[in-house]
Amino acid sequence: MSSTATIPPLSGTITVEVPVERAFRVFTDAFGSWWPAEYHIGQADMATAILEPRQGGRWYEQGVDGSECDWGRVLAWEPPHRLVVTWQINGQWQYDPDPAHASEIEVRFTADGPDQTTVTLEHRHLERLVDGQALRDGITGGGGWTSLLELFGKAATNQA
Amino acid sequence: MDANGAAGLGLLGDPTRRAIFELLARRPHTVGELAQQLPITRSAVSQHLHVLKDGGLVVSKAEGTRRIYRLNPDGVIALRAYLDRVWAEALTAFGKAAHAAPLDPEQEDR
Repeated sequence: MSSTATIPPLSGTITVEVPVERAFRVFTDAFGSWWPAEYHIGQADMATAILEPRQGGRWYEQGVDGSECDWGRVLAWEPPHRLVVTWQINGQWQYDPDPAHASEIEVRFTADGPDQTTVTLEHRHLERLVDGQALRDGITGGGGWTSLLELFGKAATNQA
Repeated sequence: MDANGAAGLGLLGDPTRRAIFELLARRPHTVGELAQQLPITRSAVSQHLHVLKDGGLVVSKAEGTRRIYRLNPDGVIALRAYLDRVWAEALTAFGKAAHAAPLDPEQEDR
């Protein structure tokens, strides 16, 4: 295997029964209200997480002690249809400020109708996070995002 | 089937292994430290760690008389498995929030 092997992006699609503006707004403005608090990297327990609503904005967590810990940056801010953020949390579960080590998450919101939105996610450039570390065979199969979006779909349906 | 071919999903499909994995994601632990935080015996923790090591998610290292377990630092597998898990839970939570949100927050706020 080449040491420059890339990891195929994780991707998937789901449809939810909410208008596109609402889906985008909840995902972004209300990010801290739904992001599971156990998934954070700061030393302190997480109080909230914030996605600044502009290109170049910060994506970061705030600890209960007021400390802040970056996760990434907003690369594209195109409400209500598209959002691209970097994910710069490395294999040591720490923020890596080097842009060359940034993976990207793109979220697209497409209106299928007035009350239905298709949300498409892609997490790409995962190989940048590991930057030349040994890439193993057999890890390049996809499917992760599809299964998580199925979970999301079930949750959305149950809430409808 | 190739053990690595299952990536992280199968390995983390077991809730106890997921709990161990998430504890190790926070910091390295010994078997005893893991057992203190989980409702299972040290022997059961060891068995789960063995599976996680075989799957490439976890590595261990002897420090004095103790053996310390941590996530595989070269861990593309660990990373993918972890991100799968993070996003699965995050999007489930997002779905609930989207359906619970008021249609027009400006009006609701006033």
